[in-house]
Amino acid sequence: MKRLIAALAVLTLAGCGASDGGSTDGVTGTVTVFAAASLTDVFTDLGHRLERDHPGLTVEFDFAGSSTLASRLTEGATADVFASADTDQMDVVTNNGIVSRAPTLFAMNVLEIAVPPGNPGGISGLADLADPAKRIALCAPEVPCGAAAGKAFDAAGLTAAPDTLEPDVKAALTAVQLGEVEAALVYATDVHAAGDSVEGIEFPESEDTLTGYPICTLTDAPNPAGALAFVQLVTSDAGRKALTAAGFRLP
Amino acid sequence: MAVAFLVLPLVGLVVRAPWSTIGPQLAQQEVGQALRLSLFSATLATLLSLVLGVPLAWVLARSRIRGRSVLRALVTVPLVLPPVVGGVALFLVIGRTGILGRPLYEHLGVTIPFTTTAVVIAETFVAMPFLVISVEGALRAADARFEDAAATLGADRWTTFRRVTLPLVAPGIAAGAVLCWARALGEFGATITFAGNFPGTTQTMPLAVYLALQRDPEAAIVLSLVLLAVSLGTLLLLRDRWLGRGVAA
Repeated sequence: MKRLIAALAVLTLAGCGASDGGSTDGVTGTVTVFAAASLTDVFTDLGHRLERDHPGLTVEFDFAGSSTLASRLTEGATADVFASADTDQMDVVTNNGIVSRAPTLFAMNVLEIAVPPGNPGGISGLADLADPAKRIALCAPEVPCGAAAGKAFDAAGLTAAPDTLEPDVKAALTAVQLGEVEAALVYATDVHAAGDSVEGIEFPESEDTLTGYPICTLTDAPNPAGALAFVQLVTSDAGRKALTAAGFRLP
Repeated sequence: MAVAFLVLPLVGLVVRAPWSTIGPQLAQQEVGQALRLSLFSATLATLLSLVLGVPLAWVLARSRIRGRSVLRALVTVPLVLPPVVGGVALFLVIGRTGILGRPLYEHLGVTIPFTTTAVVIAETFVAMPFLVISVEGALRAADARFEDAAATLGADRWTTFRRVTLPLVAPGIAAGAVLCWARALGEFGATITFAGNFPGTTQTMPLAVYLALQRDPEAAIVLSLVLLAVSLGTLLLLRDRWLGRGVAA
Protein backbone atom coordinates (compact mmCIF):
# COMPACT_ATOMS: atom_id res chain seq x y z
CA MET A 1 0.00 0.00 0.00
CA LYS A 2 2.82 2.39 0.91
CA ARG A 3 4.59 1.55 -2.31
CA LEU A 4 1.46 2.25 -4.25
CA ILE A 5 1.04 5.65 -2.64
CA ALA A 6 4.70 6.46 -3.36
CA ALA A 7 4.26 5.43 -6.97
CA LEU A 8 1.14 7.55 -7.25
CA ALA A 9 2.90 10.56 -5.75
CA VAL A 10 5.71 10.27 -8.31
CA LEU A 11 3.27 9.95 -11.15
CA THR A 12 1.24 12.90 -10.02
CA LEU A 13 4.30 15.10 -9.54
CA ALA A 14 5.68 14.15 -12.92
CA GLY A 15 2.52 15.40 -14.58
CA CYS A 16 1.59 14.94 -18.18
CA GLY A 17 1.27 18.52 -19.26
CA ALA A 18 -2.33 18.65 -18.19
CA SER A 19 -1.52 21.68 -16.08
CA ASP A 20 0.18 23.48 -18.96
CA GLY A 21 -3.10 25.19 -19.67
CA GLY A 22 -1.89 25.63 -23.24
CA SER A 23 -4.21 26.85 -25.93
CA THR A 24 -6.32 24.17 -27.53
CA ASP A 25 -7.20 26.31 -30.52
CA GLY A 26 -6.79 24.63 -33.84
CA VAL A 27 -7.66 21.23 -32.39
CA THR A 28 -9.08 19.35 -35.35
CA GLY A 29 -8.74 16.11 -37.30
CA THR A 30 -8.95 12.69 -35.70
CA VAL A 31 -7.58 11.77 -32.30
CA THR A 32 -7.18 8.05 -31.54
CA VAL A 33 -7.41 6.96 -27.92
CA PHE A 34 -6.36 3.50 -26.69
CA ALA A 35 -8.12 3.02 -23.37
CA ALA A 36 -8.68 0.25 -20.82
CA ALA A 37 -12.02 -1.54 -21.24
CA SER A 38 -13.26 -0.28 -17.86
CA LEU A 39 -13.16 3.30 -19.20
CA THR A 40 -15.55 2.55 -22.08
CA ASP A 41 -18.61 4.47 -20.90
CA VAL A 42 -17.00 7.49 -19.30
CA PHE A 43 -14.45 8.03 -22.10
CA THR A 44 -17.10 7.69 -24.80
CA ASP A 45 -19.04 10.50 -23.10
CA LEU A 46 -15.93 12.66 -22.71
CA GLY A 47 -15.08 12.04 -26.37
CA HIS A 48 -18.48 13.35 -27.45
CA ARG A 49 -17.98 16.38 -25.24
CA LEU A 50 -14.58 17.13 -26.81
CA GLU A 51 -16.08 16.79 -30.28
CA ARG A 52 -18.78 19.32 -29.32
CA ASP A 53 -16.15 21.73 -27.96
CA HIS A 54 -13.99 21.44 -31.07
CA PRO A 55 -16.03 21.25 -34.27
CA GLY A 56 -14.04 19.37 -36.89
CA LEU A 57 -12.52 17.02 -34.33
CA THR A 58 -13.32 13.30 -34.29
CA VAL A 59 -12.37 11.16 -31.29
CA GLU A 60 -11.92 7.46 -32.01
CA PHE A 61 -11.50 4.83 -29.31
CA ASP A 62 -10.04 1.39 -29.08
CA PHE A 63 -11.20 -0.14 -25.80
CA ALA A 64 -9.55 -3.41 -24.74
CA GLY A 65 -7.62 -4.98 -21.87
CA SER A 66 -4.70 -2.73 -20.89
CA SER A 67 -2.16 -5.46 -21.56
CA THR A 68 -3.61 -6.10 -25.02
CA LEU A 69 -3.38 -2.40 -25.81
CA ALA A 70 0.16 -2.15 -24.44
CA SER A 71 1.33 -5.03 -26.62
CA ARG A 72 -0.42 -3.51 -29.65
CA LEU A 73 1.46 -0.26 -29.03
CA THR A 74 4.82 -1.98 -28.63
CA GLU A 75 4.09 -3.90 -31.86
CA GLY A 76 3.71 -0.60 -33.69
CA ALA A 77 0.02 0.38 -33.54
CA THR A 78 -0.53 4.11 -34.07
CA ALA A 79 -2.47 6.11 -31.49
CA ASP A 80 -2.45 9.54 -29.87
CA VAL A 81 -3.38 8.74 -26.27
CA PHE A 82 -3.01 5.68 -24.04
CA ALA A 83 -5.01 5.27 -20.82
CA SER A 84 -4.18 2.14 -18.85
CA ALA A 85 -5.97 0.43 -15.95
CA ASP A 86 -2.71 -0.11 -14.11
CA THR A 87 0.76 1.36 -13.89
CA ASP A 88 2.49 -1.91 -14.92
CA GLN A 89 1.08 -1.79 -18.43
CA MET A 90 1.87 1.93 -18.70
CA ASP A 91 5.43 1.02 -17.71
CA VAL A 92 5.60 -1.45 -20.59
CA VAL A 93 4.80 1.36 -22.97
CA THR A 94 7.03 3.92 -21.20
CA ASN A 95 10.00 1.54 -21.25
CA ASN A 96 9.63 1.19 -25.00
CA GLY A 97 9.88 4.97 -25.45
CA ILE A 98 6.38 5.29 -26.85
CA VAL A 99 5.22 7.81 -24.26
CA SER A 100 6.12 11.45 -24.85
CA ARG A 101 5.92 12.65 -21.26
CA ALA A 102 5.56 11.07 -17.85
CA PRO A 103 1.99 9.77 -17.41
CA THR A 104 -0.60 11.45 -15.19
CA LEU A 105 -2.69 9.48 -12.76
CA PHE A 106 -6.32 10.46 -13.31
CA ALA A 107 -8.51 7.86 -11.60
CA MET A 108 -8.54 5.01 -9.09
CA ASN A 109 -10.59 1.86 -8.93
CA VAL A 110 -11.15 -0.92 -6.40
CA LEU A 111 -12.48 -4.43 -6.77
CA GLU A 112 -15.97 -5.37 -5.72
CA ILE A 113 -17.80 -8.70 -5.61
CA ALA A 114 -20.45 -8.94 -8.31
CA VAL A 115 -23.34 -11.38 -7.86
CA PRO A 116 -26.44 -12.07 -9.95
CA PRO A 117 -29.61 -10.21 -8.86
CA GLY A 118 -30.99 -11.72 -5.66
CA ASN A 119 -27.59 -13.20 -4.78
CA PRO A 120 -28.56 -16.87 -5.38
CA GLY A 121 -25.25 -18.12 -3.99
CA GLY A 122 -25.71 -16.31 -0.67
CA ILE A 123 -22.34 -14.57 -1.05
CA SER A 124 -21.45 -12.23 1.80
CA GLY A 125 -17.72 -11.66 1.58
CA LEU A 126 -14.38 -12.67 0.16
CA ALA A 127 -14.37 -15.93 2.16
CA ASP A 128 -17.23 -17.22 0.00
CA LEU A 129 -15.00 -16.85 -3.04
CA ALA A 130 -12.53 -19.23 -1.40
CA ASP A 131 -15.25 -21.89 -1.07
CA PRO A 132 -14.73 -24.63 -3.72
CA ALA A 133 -18.44 -25.53 -3.57
CA LYS A 134 -19.35 -22.15 -5.03
CA ARG A 135 -19.02 -21.36 -8.72
CA ILE A 136 -16.67 -18.39 -9.00
CA ALA A 137 -15.15 -16.41 -11.88
CA LEU A 138 -11.96 -14.39 -11.42
CA CYS A 139 -9.79 -12.55 -13.92
CA ALA A 140 -6.66 -14.38 -15.05
CA PRO A 141 -3.55 -13.31 -13.11
CA GLU A 142 -2.03 -12.04 -16.39
CA VAL A 143 -4.51 -9.14 -16.57
CA PRO A 144 -4.75 -6.21 -14.09
CA CYS A 145 -8.05 -7.22 -12.45
CA GLY A 146 -6.63 -10.70 -11.83
CA ALA A 147 -3.47 -9.27 -10.29
CA ALA A 148 -5.62 -7.08 -8.04
CA ALA A 149 -7.75 -10.08 -7.04
CA GLY A 150 -4.57 -11.89 -6.01
CA LYS A 151 -3.69 -8.98 -3.70
CA ALA A 152 -7.15 -9.09 -2.09
CA PHE A 153 -6.89 -12.82 -1.31
CA ASP A 154 -3.34 -12.36 0.00
CA ALA A 155 -4.50 -9.56 2.28
CA ALA A 156 -7.32 -11.74 3.61
CA GLY A 157 -5.06 -14.79 3.97
CA LEU A 158 -7.42 -16.84 1.79
CA THR A 159 -6.87 -19.19 -1.13
CA ALA A 160 -9.16 -18.36 -4.01
CA ALA A 161 -11.31 -21.18 -5.42
CA PRO A 162 -12.16 -19.98 -8.94
CA ASP A 163 -13.81 -22.18 -11.57
CA THR A 164 -12.63 -20.01 -14.42
CA LEU A 165 -9.95 -17.37 -14.97
CA GLU A 166 -11.40 -14.97 -17.50
CA PRO A 167 -9.24 -13.08 -20.00
CA ASP A 168 -10.72 -9.68 -19.10
CA VAL A 169 -12.98 -8.12 -16.52
CA LYS A 170 -15.98 -7.79 -18.84
CA ALA A 171 -15.92 -11.55 -19.49
CA ALA A 172 -16.05 -12.19 -15.73
CA LEU A 173 -18.95 -9.75 -15.45
CA THR A 174 -20.78 -11.46 -18.33
CA ALA A 175 -20.58 -14.80 -16.51
CA VAL A 176 -22.36 -13.15 -13.55
CA GLN A 177 -24.96 -11.44 -15.74
CA LEU A 178 -25.79 -14.76 -17.39
CA GLY A 179 -26.16 -16.33 -13.95
CA GLU A 180 -23.51 -18.93 -14.76
CA VAL A 181 -21.40 -18.15 -11.70
CA GLU A 182 -22.45 -17.22 -8.18
CA ALA A 183 -19.89 -14.44 -7.91
CA ALA A 184 -16.99 -12.73 -9.64
CA LEU A 185 -14.43 -10.16 -8.59
CA VAL A 186 -14.71 -7.14 -10.87
CA TYR A 187 -14.06 -3.42 -10.60
CA ALA A 188 -16.50 -1.26 -8.65
CA THR A 189 -17.03 0.72 -11.86
CA ASP A 190 -18.11 -2.44 -13.72
CA VAL A 191 -20.78 -3.10 -11.10
CA HIS A 192 -21.81 0.54 -11.44
CA ALA A 193 -22.03 0.32 -15.24
CA ALA A 194 -23.92 -3.00 -15.20
CA GLY A 195 -26.91 -1.33 -13.52
CA ASP A 196 -29.60 -3.75 -12.33
CA SER A 197 -28.14 -6.82 -14.02
CA VAL A 198 -25.76 -7.48 -11.13
CA GLU A 199 -25.49 -6.62 -7.44
CA GLY A 200 -22.28 -5.36 -5.87
CA ILE A 201 -20.89 -6.42 -2.51
CA GLU A 202 -18.09 -4.37 -0.99
CA PHE A 203 -15.49 -6.10 1.16
CA PRO A 204 -12.86 -4.70 3.54
CA GLU A 205 -9.84 -6.20 1.76
CA SER A 206 -10.74 -4.24 -1.37
CA GLU A 207 -8.62 -1.32 -0.11
CA ASP A 208 -5.60 -3.46 -0.96
CA THR A 209 -6.79 -3.68 -4.55
CA LEU A 210 -6.70 0.07 -5.19
CA THR A 211 -5.32 0.51 -8.70
CA GLY A 212 -4.35 3.73 -10.43
CA TYR A 213 -5.22 4.70 -14.01
CA PRO A 214 -2.43 6.61 -15.78
CA ILE A 215 -2.98 8.46 -19.05
CA CYS A 216 -0.48 9.97 -21.47
CA THR A 217 0.04 11.28 -24.98
CA LEU A 218 2.24 9.16 -27.22
CA THR A 219 5.50 10.19 -28.86
CA ASP A 220 4.44 9.36 -32.40
CA ALA A 221 0.94 10.77 -32.02
CA PRO A 222 -0.30 11.83 -35.47
CA ASN A 223 -2.43 14.50 -33.76
CA PRO A 224 -0.47 15.92 -30.78
CA ALA A 225 -2.81 18.90 -30.29
CA GLY A 226 -5.86 16.63 -30.20
CA ALA A 227 -4.07 14.22 -27.87
CA LEU A 228 -3.23 17.01 -25.43
CA ALA A 229 -6.79 18.35 -25.57
CA PHE A 230 -8.19 14.92 -24.67
CA VAL A 231 -5.78 14.42 -21.76
CA GLN A 232 -6.59 17.94 -20.51
CA LEU A 233 -10.30 17.21 -20.63
CA VAL A 234 -9.91 13.94 -18.69
CA THR A 235 -7.90 15.67 -15.95
CA SER A 236 -10.11 18.79 -15.87
CA ASP A 237 -12.90 19.40 -13.35
CA ALA A 238 -15.46 18.22 -15.90
CA GLY A 239 -13.47 15.04 -16.49
CA ARG A 240 -13.14 14.38 -12.77
CA LYS A 241 -16.87 14.88 -12.32
CA ALA A 242 -17.63 12.36 -15.08
CA LEU A 243 -15.20 9.83 -13.61
CA THR A 244 -16.74 10.15 -10.14
CA ALA A 245 -20.20 9.73 -11.60
CA ALA A 246 -19.04 6.48 -13.24
CA GLY A 247 -17.93 5.10 -9.86
CA PHE A 248 -14.22 5.88 -10.06
CA ARG A 249 -12.31 7.34 -7.16
CA LEU A 250 -9.99 10.27 -7.69
CA PRO A 251 -6.26 10.23 -6.90
CA MET B 1 2.25 -16.31 -53.84
CA ALA B 2 -0.41 -18.27 -52.01
CA VAL B 3 2.19 -20.48 -50.37
CA ALA B 4 4.24 -17.47 -49.27
CA PHE B 5 1.13 -15.84 -47.84
CA LEU B 6 0.33 -18.95 -45.80
CA VAL B 7 3.86 -19.83 -44.77
CA LEU B 8 5.50 -16.46 -44.04
CA PRO B 9 3.61 -15.86 -40.75
CA LEU B 10 4.84 -19.28 -39.64
CA VAL B 11 8.40 -18.31 -40.53
CA GLY B 12 7.87 -15.15 -38.47
CA LEU B 13 6.94 -17.26 -35.44
CA VAL B 14 9.99 -19.46 -35.87
CA VAL B 15 12.32 -16.47 -36.28
CA ARG B 16 10.94 -14.60 -33.26
CA ALA B 17 10.96 -17.67 -31.02
CA PRO B 18 13.27 -17.26 -28.01
CA TRP B 19 15.28 -20.41 -28.73
CA SER B 20 17.63 -19.87 -25.79
CA THR B 21 14.87 -20.05 -23.18
CA ILE B 22 12.64 -22.54 -24.95
CA GLY B 23 13.62 -25.41 -22.62
CA PRO B 24 12.44 -23.83 -19.34
CA GLN B 25 9.34 -22.43 -21.10
CA LEU B 26 8.32 -25.92 -22.20
CA ALA B 27 9.07 -27.46 -18.83
CA GLN B 28 6.27 -25.47 -17.22
CA GLN B 29 3.57 -27.74 -15.91
CA GLU B 30 0.77 -25.74 -17.54
CA VAL B 31 2.14 -26.37 -21.01
CA GLY B 32 1.87 -30.16 -20.76
CA GLN B 33 -1.51 -29.85 -19.06
CA ALA B 34 -2.90 -27.58 -21.77
CA LEU B 35 -1.48 -29.71 -24.56
CA ARG B 36 -2.93 -32.93 -23.13
CA LEU B 37 -6.31 -31.29 -22.65
CA SER B 38 -6.24 -29.89 -26.19
CA LEU B 39 -5.44 -33.25 -27.79
CA PHE B 40 -7.97 -35.09 -25.61
CA SER B 41 -10.85 -32.68 -26.19
CA ALA B 42 -10.19 -32.22 -29.92
CA THR B 43 -10.12 -35.99 -30.41
CA LEU B 44 -13.31 -36.49 -28.41
CA ALA B 45 -14.98 -33.66 -30.35
CA THR B 46 -13.96 -35.35 -33.61
CA LEU B 47 -15.38 -38.72 -32.52
CA LEU B 48 -18.61 -37.02 -31.46
CA SER B 49 -18.73 -35.21 -34.81
CA LEU B 50 -18.25 -38.52 -36.66
CA VAL B 51 -21.07 -40.21 -34.74
CA LEU B 52 -23.47 -37.28 -35.25
CA GLY B 53 -22.13 -35.81 -38.46
CA VAL B 54 -21.88 -38.79 -40.85
CA PRO B 55 -25.61 -39.68 -40.59
CA LEU B 56 -26.45 -35.99 -41.04
CA ALA B 57 -24.24 -35.80 -44.13
CA TRP B 58 -26.02 -38.90 -45.49
CA VAL B 59 -29.39 -37.26 -44.98
CA LEU B 60 -28.19 -34.12 -46.75
CA ALA B 61 -26.73 -36.02 -49.69
CA ARG B 62 -29.14 -38.90 -50.21
CA SER B 63 -32.54 -38.40 -48.66
CA ARG B 64 -35.37 -36.54 -50.31
CA ILE B 65 -36.88 -35.00 -47.18
CA ARG B 66 -38.46 -31.58 -47.48
CA GLY B 67 -36.51 -28.60 -46.26
CA ARG B 68 -33.20 -30.20 -47.06
CA SER B 69 -31.71 -26.95 -48.33
CA VAL B 70 -32.78 -25.19 -45.15
CA LEU B 71 -31.13 -27.98 -43.17
CA ARG B 72 -27.93 -27.56 -45.16
CA ALA B 73 -27.93 -23.81 -44.51
CA LEU B 74 -28.40 -24.46 -40.79
CA VAL B 75 -25.37 -26.75 -40.76
CA THR B 76 -23.20 -23.89 -41.98
CA VAL B 77 -24.39 -21.52 -39.23
CA PRO B 78 -21.49 -22.35 -36.87
CA LEU B 79 -19.08 -21.63 -39.74
CA VAL B 80 -20.38 -18.10 -40.12
CA LEU B 81 -21.18 -17.29 -36.51
CA PRO B 82 -18.32 -15.63 -34.62
CA PRO B 83 -17.23 -18.39 -32.21
CA VAL B 84 -17.64 -16.07 -29.20
CA VAL B 85 -21.31 -15.66 -30.10
CA GLY B 86 -21.49 -19.44 -30.46
CA GLY B 87 -20.25 -19.67 -26.88
CA VAL B 88 -22.94 -17.28 -25.65
CA ALA B 89 -25.57 -19.24 -27.61
CA LEU B 90 -24.44 -22.44 -25.88
CA PHE B 91 -24.87 -20.65 -22.53
CA LEU B 92 -28.42 -19.73 -23.47
CA VAL B 93 -29.29 -23.36 -24.26
CA ILE B 94 -27.28 -25.55 -21.89
CA GLY B 95 -25.96 -22.99 -19.43
CA ARG B 96 -27.14 -23.06 -15.86
CA THR B 97 -30.03 -20.74 -16.68
CA GLY B 98 -30.43 -22.01 -20.26
CA ILE B 99 -33.50 -23.54 -21.88
CA LEU B 100 -32.27 -27.12 -21.38
CA GLY B 101 -29.60 -26.32 -18.82
CA ARG B 102 -31.96 -25.04 -16.13
CA PRO B 103 -33.97 -28.26 -15.72
CA LEU B 104 -30.71 -30.22 -15.93
CA TYR B 105 -29.31 -28.17 -13.06
CA GLU B 106 -32.45 -28.00 -10.95
CA HIS B 107 -33.39 -31.69 -11.17
CA LEU B 108 -30.08 -33.48 -11.62
CA GLY B 109 -27.63 -30.92 -10.25
CA VAL B 110 -25.65 -31.08 -13.48
CA THR B 111 -23.88 -27.96 -14.71
CA ILE B 112 -22.05 -28.03 -18.00
CA PRO B 113 -20.31 -24.62 -18.37
CA PHE B 114 -16.74 -24.33 -17.05
CA THR B 115 -16.09 -28.08 -17.30
CA THR B 116 -14.09 -30.23 -19.72
CA THR B 117 -17.44 -31.44 -21.11
CA ALA B 118 -18.12 -27.82 -22.06
CA VAL B 119 -14.81 -27.68 -23.94
CA VAL B 120 -15.75 -30.76 -25.98
CA ILE B 121 -19.25 -29.41 -26.69
CA ALA B 122 -17.92 -26.00 -27.78
CA GLU B 123 -15.33 -27.61 -30.06
CA THR B 124 -17.89 -30.00 -31.55
CA PHE B 125 -20.28 -27.12 -32.23
CA VAL B 126 -17.66 -25.18 -34.13
CA ALA B 127 -15.86 -28.07 -35.88
CA MET B 128 -18.61 -30.53 -36.89
CA PRO B 129 -19.77 -28.53 -39.96
CA PHE B 130 -16.33 -29.07 -41.53
CA LEU B 131 -16.87 -32.82 -41.29
CA VAL B 132 -20.48 -32.74 -42.44
CA ILE B 133 -19.70 -30.65 -45.50
CA SER B 134 -16.76 -32.75 -46.67
CA VAL B 135 -18.61 -36.05 -46.10
CA GLU B 136 -21.64 -34.71 -47.94
CA GLY B 137 -19.38 -33.72 -50.83
CA ALA B 138 -17.87 -37.21 -50.92
CA LEU B 139 -21.33 -38.83 -50.85
CA ARG B 140 -22.51 -36.68 -53.74
CA ALA B 141 -19.41 -37.53 -55.75
CA ALA B 142 -19.81 -41.26 -55.06
CA ASP B 143 -21.83 -43.07 -57.67
CA ALA B 144 -25.23 -43.93 -56.21
CA ARG B 145 -25.66 -46.72 -58.78
CA PHE B 146 -23.36 -48.97 -56.74
CA GLU B 147 -25.84 -48.65 -53.88
CA ASP B 148 -28.73 -49.36 -56.20
CA ALA B 149 -26.90 -52.42 -57.50
CA ALA B 150 -26.33 -53.66 -53.96
CA ALA B 151 -30.02 -53.14 -53.21
CA THR B 152 -31.11 -55.12 -56.28
CA LEU B 153 -28.81 -57.92 -55.17
CA GLY B 154 -30.80 -58.14 -51.95
CA ALA B 155 -28.67 -56.15 -49.53
CA ASP B 156 -30.70 -54.26 -46.95
CA ARG B 157 -30.11 -50.55 -46.34
CA TRP B 158 -27.74 -50.99 -43.44
CA THR B 159 -25.64 -53.60 -45.25
CA THR B 160 -25.47 -51.37 -48.31
CA PHE B 161 -24.36 -48.42 -46.20
CA ARG B 162 -21.76 -50.47 -44.33
CA ARG B 163 -20.38 -52.55 -47.23
CA VAL B 164 -20.77 -50.23 -50.21
CA THR B 165 -21.28 -46.56 -49.24
CA LEU B 166 -18.80 -46.32 -46.37
CA PRO B 167 -15.81 -47.79 -48.26
CA LEU B 168 -16.62 -45.52 -51.21
CA VAL B 169 -16.62 -42.34 -49.13
CA ALA B 170 -13.98 -43.39 -46.56
CA PRO B 171 -11.38 -40.94 -47.92
CA GLY B 172 -13.93 -38.13 -47.68
CA ILE B 173 -14.79 -39.07 -44.11
CA ALA B 174 -11.10 -39.22 -43.20
CA ALA B 175 -10.42 -35.82 -44.77
CA GLY B 176 -13.45 -34.38 -42.98
CA ALA B 177 -12.33 -35.85 -39.68
CA VAL B 178 -8.87 -34.35 -40.10
CA LEU B 179 -10.32 -30.92 -40.89
CA CYS B 180 -12.68 -31.23 -37.95
CA TRP B 181 -9.87 -32.26 -35.59
CA ALA B 182 -7.63 -29.42 -36.71
CA ARG B 183 -10.43 -26.87 -36.27
CA ALA B 184 -11.27 -28.25 -32.83
CA LEU B 185 -7.61 -28.12 -31.80
CA GLY B 186 -7.37 -24.44 -32.69
CA GLU B 187 -10.79 -23.49 -31.27
CA PHE B 188 -10.67 -20.40 -29.06
CA GLY B 189 -13.73 -18.15 -29.00
CA ALA B 190 -16.53 -20.54 -28.13
CA THR B 191 -14.30 -22.40 -25.68
CA ILE B 192 -13.19 -19.38 -23.66
CA THR B 193 -16.76 -18.08 -23.52
CA PHE B 194 -18.64 -21.26 -22.71
CA ALA B 195 -16.00 -23.36 -20.93
CA GLY B 196 -14.04 -20.53 -19.33
CA ASN B 197 -10.34 -20.79 -18.67
CA PHE B 198 -8.94 -22.91 -15.87
CA PRO B 199 -5.62 -24.77 -16.00
CA GLY B 200 -6.16 -28.53 -16.11
CA THR B 201 -9.91 -28.54 -16.73
CA THR B 202 -10.70 -26.03 -19.48
CA GLN B 203 -7.48 -24.24 -20.45
CA THR B 204 -6.62 -25.59 -23.91
CA MET B 205 -3.52 -24.54 -25.83
CA PRO B 206 -5.13 -21.66 -27.76
CA LEU B 207 -6.39 -20.22 -24.45
CA ALA B 208 -2.96 -20.62 -22.87
CA VAL B 209 -1.44 -18.86 -25.88
CA TYR B 210 -3.88 -15.95 -25.63
CA LEU B 211 -3.22 -15.43 -21.93
CA ALA B 212 0.53 -15.79 -22.33
CA LEU B 213 0.33 -13.01 -24.92
CA GLN B 214 -0.96 -10.65 -22.21
CA ARG B 215 2.08 -11.20 -20.06
CA ASP B 216 4.95 -12.49 -22.16
CA PRO B 217 4.66 -12.54 -25.98
CA GLU B 218 7.72 -14.80 -26.23
CA ALA B 219 6.04 -17.48 -24.15
CA ALA B 220 3.01 -17.19 -26.44
CA ILE B 221 5.22 -17.82 -29.47
CA VAL B 222 6.73 -20.90 -27.84
CA LEU B 223 3.28 -22.28 -27.00
CA SER B 224 2.05 -21.65 -30.55
CA LEU B 225 5.02 -23.49 -32.00
CA VAL B 226 4.35 -26.47 -29.72
CA LEU B 227 0.73 -26.59 -30.86
CA LEU B 228 1.78 -26.32 -34.51
CA ALA B 229 4.46 -28.97 -34.21
CA VAL B 230 2.15 -31.42 -32.46
CA SER B 231 -0.72 -30.93 -34.90
CA LEU B 232 1.49 -31.14 -38.00
CA GLY B 233 3.23 -34.21 -36.59
CA THR B 234 -0.08 -35.92 -35.84
CA LEU B 235 -1.50 -35.16 -39.26
CA LEU B 236 1.60 -36.43 -41.07
CA LEU B 237 1.65 -39.58 -38.96
CA LEU B 238 -2.04 -40.26 -39.60
CA ARG B 239 -1.60 -39.68 -43.29
CA ASP B 240 1.17 -42.26 -43.50
CA ARG B 241 -0.44 -44.81 -41.24
CA TRP B 242 -4.09 -44.93 -42.06
CA LEU B 243 -5.19 -42.62 -44.73
CA GLY B 244 -2.95 -43.80 -47.53
CA ARG B 245 -1.81 -41.38 -50.16
CA GLY B 246 -5.29 -40.66 -51.41
CA VAL B 247 -6.06 -38.14 -48.72
CA ALA B 248 -4.28 -34.84 -48.38
CA ALA B 249 -4.19 -33.80 -44.76
